[in-house]
Amino acid sequence: MIGDLSLPVLIASVLTASAPLIIIALGETLTEKSGVINLSLDGVVLFSAMAAFVVAKTTGSLLLGFLAGGFAGMLTGIIVGYFSVYLHLSQVAVGFALSLLCRDLAYFLGNPYSRVQGPTLLAGKLPFYEALPSSLQIILTQPLTVWFALLLIFILYYFFSFSKAGLCLRSVGENPAASFARGLNPGRIQMAAVLAGAFLVGVGGAAYSLSLKPGWGRPQGAEGIGWIGLALVIFGGWHPMRVALGAMLFAFLQVSGIGLQDIFPGVPSQVFQTAPFPLMIFTLVFMHYSTKNNRKQGYRENRFQRIIGKLFMSRAPKAIGKSYRQE
Amino acid sequence: MDVTFQHISKSFGPVKALTDVSLTAKAGTIHGLIGENGAGKSTLMKILTGYQSKTGGTILMDGNEVILDNPKQAARHGIGMLYQEPMDFTPLTVLENFSIGIPGHNRRDLRFALQNLSVRFGFHLDPDRCVEQLTVGERQQIELLRLIHCQTRILILDEPTTGISPAQKEVLFPALKQLAADGMIILLVSHKLEEVATLCDEVTVLRHGQVTHHTTAPFHFPELLTAMFGSVPERQDKAAVREKGSPVLVMQKVEAAGERQGLHHCTISVAEGEVIGLAGLDGAGQSTFLRLAAGLTIPEQGTIQLFGEKLPKKPAASSCAQALRTSFIPADRLEEALFTDVSLSDHFSLKKKQSSFWRSQQKAKKLADTGISTLSIKGQSENTAGDLSGGNQQRLLLALLDPQSRLVLLENPTRGLDIRSGHWVWQYLRNKLPKETSIVFSSPELDEIIHYSDRILVFHDGDIVMDSAVTDTSHDAIAAAMAGMKEYV
Repeated sequence: MIGDLSLPVLIASVLTASAPLIIIALGETLTEKSGVINLSLDGVVLFSAMAAFVVAKTTGSLLLGFLAGGFAGMLTGIIVGYFSVYLHLSQVAVGFALSLLCRDLAYFLGNPYSRVQGPTLLAGKLPFYEALPSSLQIILTQPLTVWFALLLIFILYYFFSFSKAGLCLRSVGENPAASFARGLNPGRIQMAAVLAGAFLVGVGGAAYSLSLKPGWGRPQGAEGIGWIGLALVIFGGWHPMRVALGAMLFAFLQVSGIGLQDIFPGVPSQVFQTAPFPLMIFTLVFMHYSTKNNRKQGYRENRFQRIIGKLFMSRAPKAIGKSYRQE
Repeated sequence: MDVTFQHISKSFGPVKALTDVSLTAKAGTIHGLIGENGAGKSTLMKILTGYQSKTGGTILMDGNEVILDNPKQAARHGIGMLYQEPMDFTPLTVLENFSIGIPGHNRRDLRFALQNLSVRFGFHLDPDRCVEQLTVGERQQIELLRLIHCQTRILILDEPTTGISPAQKEVLFPALKQLAADGMIILLVSHKLEEVATLCDEVTVLRHGQVTHHTTAPFHFPELLTAMFGSVPERQDKAAVREKGSPVLVMQKVEAAGERQGLHHCTISVAEGEVIGLAGLDGAGQSTFLRLAAGLTIPEQGTIQLFGEKLPKKPAASSCAQALRTSFIPADRLEEALFTDVSLSDHFSLKKKQSSFWRSQQKAKKLADTGISTLSIKGQSENTAGDLSGGNQQRLLLALLDPQSRLVLLENPTRGLDIRSGHWVWQYLRNKLPKETSIVFSSPELDEIIHYSDRILVFHDGDIVMDSAVTDTSHDAIAAAMAGMKEYV
């Protein structure tokens, strides 16, 4: 396929590499659907990765490590939620400040655990592994995080589209004043969405330090992922499927960089490491424009378009980033 | 069943929206609540739904006091409100909008209920369409059906006909009468007397946050109009009518969006030296008219000519209008006209067109000081615009006004000013500006319009319903036109 990478290996590595990013981006999608932007993503990913690794290392339990990552994320969620939902501070300012704080805090607190061996979540064979053809054996031998990420895509899709709670959450993101008028409590719903989203982001961070890029150090390897996650949510149109596809695309760009390095030995390796970031932005912008015009006013969809639209088209919650004050 | 308001009061900071309002609405009746914009009708209703909190007073249902702190509690008591601006979620579908706020039902039941109710009331709603593709009337229908589905016993309708067509009105009104006949209490907030007359059994009039009138059907219109707008003794010191000259502003078949209804089929000509007052309820199109003339709003159709020159249909229109010596002073002085944290002298230096890169502090200060003394602004050149009182902000704006303006557009020039400052502003406008200057202004105060203008345009829901010289009309006729009553005129 690309260099030495065969197709099954490529697919397998894309799945493995995209899992943490999918979890992170979907966590942010959940938060933003309720109308709150949690801009602290990048720092929180590192902070929770550090927390997860430290806890897993000291207790020897991977499960506790993942939980620690999740709760570290939630802790930052409390700050973001309280400041933006209840104190009505600028979500952008709070997010930025917290992002920087979390990053430096992670480096500082994690320093004693730098470059040490710790527990790692390895790829596990499926129970019916022997019965599979060899290419599927390669593709489907994955760490648990991959299965969790894939499951999460569908859980969130069904939650937003078909559940009562999902509808309430979306309604708050669209028009908090109207949901208040209908007897909902916008503040509480937003807070819940921020906490749940931050928990997922934390789990995503843990997936970096415990599985994809095991260990802690400076740099850890998850730097910049939070920003990519934020961009994915926006260009993925706040739709779980598109956001996840975007994450896979990013992983594909990263993985193919490794293959391309072998084909072009003359090009400095840094080019291939950084190329996915700008390439990703270009692709996402392109995707964004290609689907944008279909939802103009007065445009009537036929049945097929409606299904496709439900699957893939979505757009920003109307009240995103604005804090709601009861009159 | 009945609902009683006792001595309700509400203040927003120092502003009193409601003072000691008491009224009772009985089951099976439609109770109308009328008054000008800002009379406190919507506030009173939002207190009943728990959307806003009250400052004082009690609300009784069947003689028992009820606590209504949020819409959830109100909904538990069967109180539901159809808000003036549809309180819905435009990107979601009809069915989704219908189901938000209805406790635990499954989708199929809700779809079935929605279809049943639509059939019962003769509405045509496709459950899977996006709400943003619907008209305002259809959006209200969804909300109405939802409220009925929620077992609402006290239904509040806040200006339910502002955004809907006459055909939709034909559907809505019988539905409301039917609901009242079924034993519901309906509270109808409106500023349109005709609607109230056809629908209501009882009417309460609010003016400046107080109950000024209460009556049962049949209604006597002049009585209601006086209660709504107050009665005015004819003024003796009527300002002198000015000489008219050649046309200054000509609008032809202009259609524009803006405010509640936009502006429709506006064809009007303003002559040199005229003083024209734009009357109408808040948001009926006066501001859109002024903004069109100032080039700040671009018309969708039709042409606007200033001093014989066509305004281009692009954002540059406003600088074009300014170059033609047209000045616009908006109502929201701090938001749109002044810079809150910028000093008076800096305002003057911003206004002055200079060729040099540097600005001279001294020159600006000198300009500011002249302005301050000629318009007797209470403030120093170092003060910021935000430090000034409303009246002095208006004086500052007049000081900044291009003295060679040939057309001055003012949006509510005496907003927030006491009588003396208001009088001063008009003194300045009518006497200090050259006689050839045309003045077009809007005001919510009918007195002000009648007193200071030579010609009056009355706006109603985006249409100019009356165009008359001030001498040919009366206070009552204008008030009736503002309330949208054609026959009474």
